[in-house]
Amino acid sequence: MTWEGGPSPLAVDKKKLGMWLFLLSDSLTFSALLIGYSYVRLGTPQWPRPFEFYPAIVKATLMTVILLTSSLTMVLGVHAAHQEKRRLAVRYILLTMLGGVLFDVIHISEWIHLILNEHVTPFANPWGTPLFGGAFFGLTGLHMLHVTIGVLYLGIVALGFGRGKFSPVDVEVSGLYWHFVDLVWMFIFPLIYLINVAPK
Amino acid sequence: MTHRTEAVEASVPGTTRLFLWVWFALLILTAVETFLAYEELALLLFIIVLMGISVVKSALIMSYFMHLRFERLGLFLIIVPTLVFLICLILIFLYPDSIRLLELRP
Repeated sequence: MTWEGGPSPLAVDKKKLGMWLFLLSDSLTFSALLIGYSYVRLGTPQWPRPFEFYPAIVKATLMTVILLTSSLTMVLGVHAAHQEKRRLAVRYILLTMLGGVLFDVIHISEWIHLILNEHVTPFANPWGTPLFGGAFFGLTGLHMLHVTIGVLYLGIVALGFGRGKFSPVDVEVSGLYWHFVDLVWMFIFPLIYLINVAPK
Repeated sequence: MTHRTEAVEASVPGTTRLFLWVWFALLILTAVETFLAYEELALLLFIIVLMGISVVKSALIMSYFMHLRFERLGLFLIIVPTLVFLICLILIFLYPDSIRLLELRP
């Protein structure tokens, strides 16, 4: 079937196609950062490995579980939205936002611990290789910004959808963004945390 | 011009049961990754294994949570091959050199 300039190229809503294209470009931003970081990490045998099993790895694994669960509630919310169960959909979206907020809270507590107790800054740390701080705060910070924007975005969508201003497609498009934030964490978690666990 | 709006799927395929299974699989894969972190693999091998698992995880997220599996092939062809190609281009410039650095050490 050819597209004749109507609102649905590829039989998806134009908003959905727009979000997919944005996510394509955003994933290249993250890829470039993660690949750049991995390059330096591989080439630096004395790279700091400060992440103890508790609290760092336990917290990061818990954050992963929270983000995956919020993705599950989001997909159920999109499902409910398409079945015109508006109140149920809004509840699922609110649960998803709760997951995002929890993620941010745990992550910020980790940042505060690193900054205040371990004296890590983007330019220096007590373990050598100053780039450690830059890589850690840069990558996790950009991801945390995505989570925070995602929570605000979902809040607007929940409000608009609850009032009948937004369509189920709008919910689905916001869901795509949220799953993407989850997907990026699936790469940040192993590359930032798991390859830098403290040696026994 | 014909109206194509109707062509947009009104409902989303997939069941709660399916999404729960995908979520469960993602949790298991996360547990495997965390477990491997304490198996003291060589760094390069470890990164390759981790990235392999992460690619499987993102494939699951994109296919089921982001519904890419239920979309037209055209959308998949716009997104995935482009991404893979561009990431390979970035890798081609960086990786051989960083791995060479590892081997330079005594």
